Amino acid sequence: MIAEIGHFALTLALAVAMVQTVVPLIGAARQDNALMAVSGSAAMAQLVCVAIAFGALMHGYVTSDFSLLNVAQNSHTQKPMLYKVAGVWGNHEGSLLLWALILALFGAAVPVAGRNLPAPLRARALAVQAAIAVGFLLFILFTSNPFERLYPAPTDGAGLNPMLQDPGLAFHPPFLYLGYVGFSMAFSFAVAGLIEGRIDAAWARWVRPWTLAAWIALTLGIALGSWWAYYTLGWGGWWYWDPVENASLMPWLAGTALLHSILVVEKRESLKSWTVLLAIITFGLSLLGTFLVRSGVLTSVHAFATDPARGAFVLILLLVVVGGSLALYGLRAPALKAGGVFAPVSREGLLLFGNVLLATGAGTVLLGTLYPLIADSLDLGKVSVGPPFFNAVFLPLMAPLVLTMAAAPSLAWKRGHLARVRSRLGLIGGFGMGAGLAVLPLGGPWWAPLGIGLAAGVLAGTLAEPILRLRAGAGLSRRQIGMTAAHLGVALVIVGMVGEGAWSSEAVQNQSIGQTVTVGGYSFALNAVEPVKGPNYTADRADFDVTQANRAFARMAPERRVFTVPPRPATVAAIRSTPLTDVYAVIGEAAGPNTWITRLYVKPLVIWLWIGALMMAGGGLLSLSQRKRS
Amino acid sequence: MNPRIVALLLVLAAPPVFAADPAEMLKDPALETRAEKIGQGLRCLVCQSESIENSNADLARDLRVIVREQVQAGQSDDQIRAFVVARYGDYVLLAPPFKTSTLLLWGGPGLFLLGGLAALRSFHRRRVGTPPPPPLSADEQRRLDQLLNNEDA
Amino acid sequence: MRRLFALIPLAALAVLAVFFWNGLGRDPREVPSVLINRPVPEFQLAGPPGQSSGLSSADLKGRVSLVSLFGSWCVSCLQEHPTLMMIRQGGELPIFGLDWRDDPVKGAEWLARNGNPYEKIGLDPAPGRVSIDFGVTGAPESFLVDRNGVIRYKQIGPITPEIWQHTLLPIVRELQK
Repeated sequence: MIAEIGHFALTLALAVAMVQTVVPLIGAARQDNALMAVSGSAAMAQLVCVAIAFGALMHGYVTSDFSLLNVAQNSHTQKPMLYKVAGVWGNHEGSLLLWALILALFGAAVPVAGRNLPAPLRARALAVQAAIAVGFLLFILFTSNPFERLYPAPTDGAGLNPMLQDPGLAFHPPFLYLGYVGFSMAFSFAVAGLIEGRIDAAWARWVRPWTLAAWIALTLGIALGSWWAYYTLGWGGWWYWDPVENASLMPWLAGTALLHSILVVEKRESLKSWTVLLAIITFGLSLLGTFLVRSGVLTSVHAFATDPARGAFVLILLLVVVGGSLALYGLRAPALKAGGVFAPVSREGLLLFGNVLLATGAGTVLLGTLYPLIADSLDLGKVSVGPPFFNAVFLPLMAPLVLTMAAAPSLAWKRGHLARVRSRLGLIGGFGMGAGLAVLPLGGPWWAPLGIGLAAGVLAGTLAEPILRLRAGAGLSRRQIGMTAAHLGVALVIVGMVGEGAWSSEAVQNQSIGQTVTVGGYSFALNAVEPVKGPNYTADRADFDVTQANRAFARMAPERRVFTVPPRPATVAAIRSTPLTDVYAVIGEAAGPNTWITRLYVKPLVIWLWIGALMMAGGGLLSLSQRKRS
Repeated sequence: MNPRIVALLLVLAAPPVFAADPAEMLKDPALETRAEKIGQGLRCLVCQSESIENSNADLARDLRVIVREQVQAGQSDDQIRAFVVARYGDYVLLAPPFKTSTLLLWGGPGLFLLGGLAALRSFHRRRVGTPPPPPLSADEQRRLDQLLNNEDA
Repeated sequence: MRRLFALIPLAALAVLAVFFWNGLGRDPREVPSVLINRPVPEFQLAGPPGQSSGLSSADLKGRVSLVSLFGSWCVSCLQEHPTLMMIRQGGELPIFGLDWRDDPVKGAEWLARNGNPYEKIGLDPAPGRVSIDFGVTGAPESFLVDRNGVIRYKQIGPITPEIWQHTLLPIVRELQK
C-alpha cells in the first residue's frame, strides 16, 4: 500500500513539475505576477511529492518489504539498519529517486532563499529546474520504477554486495549527487539569464553560493569515494582513472572553473558569456556522468547494471537539456553586454588563465574517457585509455595551473604591477624551489621534488596575502579566509599525491606466524591469525606487531572477511596514519599451514590527501557562511 | 532487471582480493618491478577496466606469469608488449600507442590548450580596443544613488 | 563572427551525440580478434588421457576445420556442447578441441560424460600458452581455420544451432569451395 502511495506521489510530482515548467514561463513573458508566483508553490509541492515517494521506498527497505522487486533485489533481512537505509540509493532505481529528491530540494530552496530575486528571473529559473525534473521523473516512471511489485514475494532478499556495506560508500553517492544536482542551480539561472538576455553582478552574487555549495558537496563526494577505494580495496591506491571516477572529476574541474569565473562577473561584470557557458557545461558534464554510468557505453568497475534502453533515454534527456540550452546560448550569448576591462596581468587575468587550464583539463579527461567510444564509432578499432595516458597528459597540464594558483593572490585586481610584487613573487618562487631541493635527498622519481616545490609555492603564495593584510592591520573576511583554506587544501592534496605516488614501499609475501617482514623501515611481526565471526560474515583476523627502529609503533589487525549473503570475500585493511606516513596491512588467503599471503605497505603523507580535501570543503563552507559584504 | 545479470555484475564488481600471488613473483626485485610496470600497462581482457596486475581473473594471472617468464628470459619491455599486442591488439595497452588512429587522443589536449590560449589572446586584444561603456543616464544615476543611499541606511 | 563562435559548443555536442548514439548499440567489451587472416600459431599439445592422443598445428592444415576452446570448469561450454555434437554428426567439417586450463583427469571425465565431438584434442594447462597464442579471452571460443591453416573467423561465446546455421555454416561452405 505504502509503495503504491509512493508511486502515486511520484506521478503527481511529474504533473506538478510539468505545470512548474510551463506556467511560470508564460507568466514571466506576460509580466503576470500571479502566474509567476505559481513557480514557488509548485516547487514546494514537487518537493513534498518526491519526498513522499522517497519515504515510501525507504519504508520498503527499512521494513524489508520483499514484495517490492527493488527491495528484494538489493536488500536482505540480515543487513545492518544503516545499510538497509543506504541500500535505497545503492541501486539504479533508488539512486535516481535520490537524484530527483535532491533536485526538488534545490528547487524548493529557491523561493525560500531567493525572496529578493527579481520575480521573472526566479520564475524562469524555477521553470528550467522543473523541466529537468520532468525529464528525470519520466525516466524513473517509464524505465526505472522502484515501486514495481514482485509476486510471490520471496522470503528474503538477494542481499547486497558486501563491498557496499561500508560507511564511506554509503555516504559517497548522496554527496556526489548533491554536487551533480547542485550544479543544476547555476545551470537554471544561466538559462534564465540567457532568456532575459541579462547576466550581471547581481546574477553572479546569487549563483555563486549555490555553485559553491554544489562544489563543496562534490569535493566531499569524490574524496569519500577515493578514501573508500583506499581503505577497502586493499590495494593502497586511491585513484584509478576509471571512467566513473572521471565522470565525477569532469564536473568538478568545470565547476572549479565556474566558481572562479563567477568571481570575475561579480567583480568586473566581465566574462559573462564564458561563465554562462561554463554553467551549462558543468551541469552537462554531471548529466554525462549519469549517462556513462547507466548506459553501458563504457566499461567500468563501478557501473550500475546497464541497459541500452535506459542509456538511450538518458542520452535523449542529455541532448534536450544541454542541446537546448546550448542552442539558446548560441542565439543569445553574442548579445550579452561586455562589462569592465582588466589587464592580462591582474588577478582576473590569472583567474581567466586558470580557467583555460581547468577547461583544458576537463576536456582532456573527457577526450580520454570517451576515446574508446569515439574510436569504435569511427571504426578505428577498440582501444583502451587508462592510467598511463592520464598521468602522462593530465598531470603536466595541472603544473602550470598550480603555478598560477601560487602567483594569483599576489596580483592586484584589474591591473597588476609585476614590478611591485616582484620581490614577493621571488620569495614565493624561492620558497617553492627551496622545498623542492630539500626533498631531493629522499630520492624517488624526478617529478617528486617538482610536485613538492609546486605545493610549497601554493602554500607560500596563498599565505602571503593574508599575512601582509593582517600585518597592515586590515581584517580578513570569511570569504578571504575560506579561499585561503581551500587553496592550502589543494597544496596539501598535492603533498599527499606526491608522497603516495613517489615514496611508497610495499611487500607481498607468504608470511608464517612468528615471521617478521620489514618494509620501508617498519617491521611487521605476524603474531597470530584467528577466526572471528561478525553479524553477517566470518573472518580471519591477523595480529601484527609493527615496530619502527626497534620502538613499538602499532598493533594492527587486518581481516579477510567472507560474507554469508552472498558468499564473497572482502579485505579489510588495517591502516595506521601518522602525519608522516600511513602504515597499511592486508591479509589474504591462507598459503599453507600457519602461513598467509600478506601485503604490507608504507605510504608516506597519504593523510594529507584527506586533510587537504576536507580543508577545500571547509574553506568553501566558511566562504559560504559570509552572506553579504557589509 | 534480470537477476542473472545482477549476479554477473556483482561478480564482475568483486574486489581484486589478491591478484599477485607471492608464488608468481620473480626472485630478483629489479626484474619483478619491471614486470609489474609492464603488467600495469596491460589491460585485463575479461575485467572491466583494470590492469592485469590488479585482477584476479585467470587470464590475467596467466598473462602475469607469461610476462614474468619473458622478463626473466631477458626480453625487453617493448618486445614483451609487442608479444601481447600481437595476440590481443592495441586494446590491451592501457596507454594507446601513438599512431594515426590515436592522433586525436594524444594531440587533442594540446589542441584544446592552443585553442584556449588563442581565445584568451583575442579576448584581451578585443578588450583593449573596446571604448569604455557610456556614462550612466541621469535616470540611472538617480537610481544608483538611491540604491547606495538605501544600503548605507 | 562572434555569432558563429557562440555556436561551437552546440556543434561539439552534436558530434558527441553521434558517437554516443553509435556507442549505445555496441558492446565495449567485444574485442575483435587481431588474428583473423593470420596462420594458426605453431603448437604441439598432448591430449586428455584416454580421449585423444593430442593436437598440433599440423593437424589444422589440409582441411577446413573448427577449433573449439572448452574446459570442464566452464558452464557455458556445457551449454554449447550439444551443438558441437550435432555439428559432428552433420560431418561438414572436423572439430578440434583445445581443453583450456583444465585438469587432465577432469577434462577426460567431462568428455566421457558428455560425449566427445572432437577429432583431436590438445590439453592446454595453465598458463594456457597455446590459447593465449590464439588470443582467447574466455571459454567457449571457436575459430574457423581454412585449408592452409589460416584463421578466418572467430566466434566468441557458445555456438548455438542458429549461429551454426546462419553464421558459421555459410562461411564454412565458402571456405570449402
